[in-house]
Amino acid sequence: MLSVRNLKRLSIGPIDLDVAGGEIIALTGPSGVGKSLLLRAIADLDPNEGDVSLLGDDRDTMDAPDWRKQVMYVPAHTGWWADTVEPHFAGLERARVKNTLQRLDLESTALGWQVANLSTGERQRLALARALAHVPKILLLDEPTSGLDGDNAARAEKLISDIAQDGAGVMFVTHDAAQAERLGTRRLYFYDGKLQEAAP
Amino acid sequence: MTAVYVQLSYIDLAIASVLLLLAGGLSIALNLGLEKSLGIAALRTTVQLSLIGLVLKILFTLVSPWWTGLAALTMILLAGREVTARQNLRLRGGWSYSIATTSLITAGGIVTILALTTAIRPEPWYDPRFALPLLGMMLGNTLTGISVGMERLSATLKREKDAIEARLVLGHTRRDAVRPYVREAMRAGLMPIINAMSAAGLISLPGMMTGQILAGVDPTEAVKYQILIMFLLAGTTSIGALMAVLATSWRLGDERDRLRLDRLRAR
Repeated sequence: MLSVRNLKRLSIGPIDLDVAGGEIIALTGPSGVGKSLLLRAIADLDPNEGDVSLLGDDRDTMDAPDWRKQVMYVPAHTGWWADTVEPHFAGLERARVKNTLQRLDLESTALGWQVANLSTGERQRLALARALAHVPKILLLDEPTSGLDGDNAARAEKLISDIAQDGAGVMFVTHDAAQAERLGTRRLYFYDGKLQEAAP
Repeated sequence: MTAVYVQLSYIDLAIASVLLLLAGGLSIALNLGLEKSLGIAALRTTVQLSLIGLVLKILFTLVSPWWTGLAALTMILLAGREVTARQNLRLRGGWSYSIATTSLITAGGIVTILALTTAIRPEPWYDPRFALPLLGMMLGNTLTGISVGMERLSATLKREKDAIEARLVLGHTRRDAVRPYVREAMRAGLMPIINAMSAAGLISLPGMMTGQILAGVDPTEAVKYQILIMFLLAGTTSIGALMAVLATSWRLGDERDRLRLDRLRAR
């Protein structure tokens, strides 16, 4: 579904990568090697070169916002631009938002919460919900469960595999080998600016 | 009432300089370590003002459009440099200076020429006795607005990077994502002139008006001039700050709706 050819960005690449619908790629590698930068480059958040396309449509032929709505990057630590949670979900289908929140064990009253009072875990789950409510075709997740306790991490993992089952392609960065094993349908190792298939 | 203009002698200045010695004495007595800076600053003000007095005298007798234009251009380039010097975060590749200078030329130029040709109407319209002091006042205020606006925008975009990118990754346009911060920077840039207009006459007597009154002009006439100047300053500061803030915002993004903080560097 997502095709990346010859992607280059400063210290990264050239990278070739394909992400199929329904696939969950676990991306591992040492800290500071540029895993986040790779996800950012695919989402076109930093200047980069290469041929990237989604379902055959070239990235350069799409407006950047259109591209990012379909190929959605969720950073490990995200920002909030309003005081309460609700404006961050503006314009999204209400039922879907509630359903997503519920599956992450967040009450629907969470929308009225003050952002300043959110815990790390709540922020992370809300950020995931915020992205999923857009129903992207490709999800690029940067350490999606790093701030979650066991139960919530399991819920997030379940949700991620459900999304993939519904046809989305997922690539997630993790430092947890067990999680890569458990959640990933395929594993890639990133080192020295290059991707390689991890030994099965 | 006959207007009386009191000419100052050099002895008058020497007497006033006693106050400077007093300030220096305080600095030594209280161990502030400022006596050297005070001395240098006092010397600079004397030398710089004396020189500009001579330059203005020559320009005023020449009444040449070329020399007046050259003086105006020099003032604008220096003002642009001053804006850049005040930025803690600068755009790489000389963009801060280019944006500041372009905004100053456009805003200061348009409003000064407008004032000269419609309100004050000296003969000829570029008479340096009117054109240069007027431009100087425009530049002084506009450069504050521009530098505050640009600095605020760069600092805020840097601080709010996560919030802005959180919107970008969700498919918001960069324009939408930075709009609140552009607005905030504009407000910050315009606040000084709004405050100056609000305080004028109550808390402060503006310098130009005071000068005219000291020179023997009727206060109601001086006030009319000052009101004109205030309006001109509000106009030029708005135009200049708007241009500079929008240009900075444009430079800190690109055609792929990215936030380009890599184009900033700390001083």
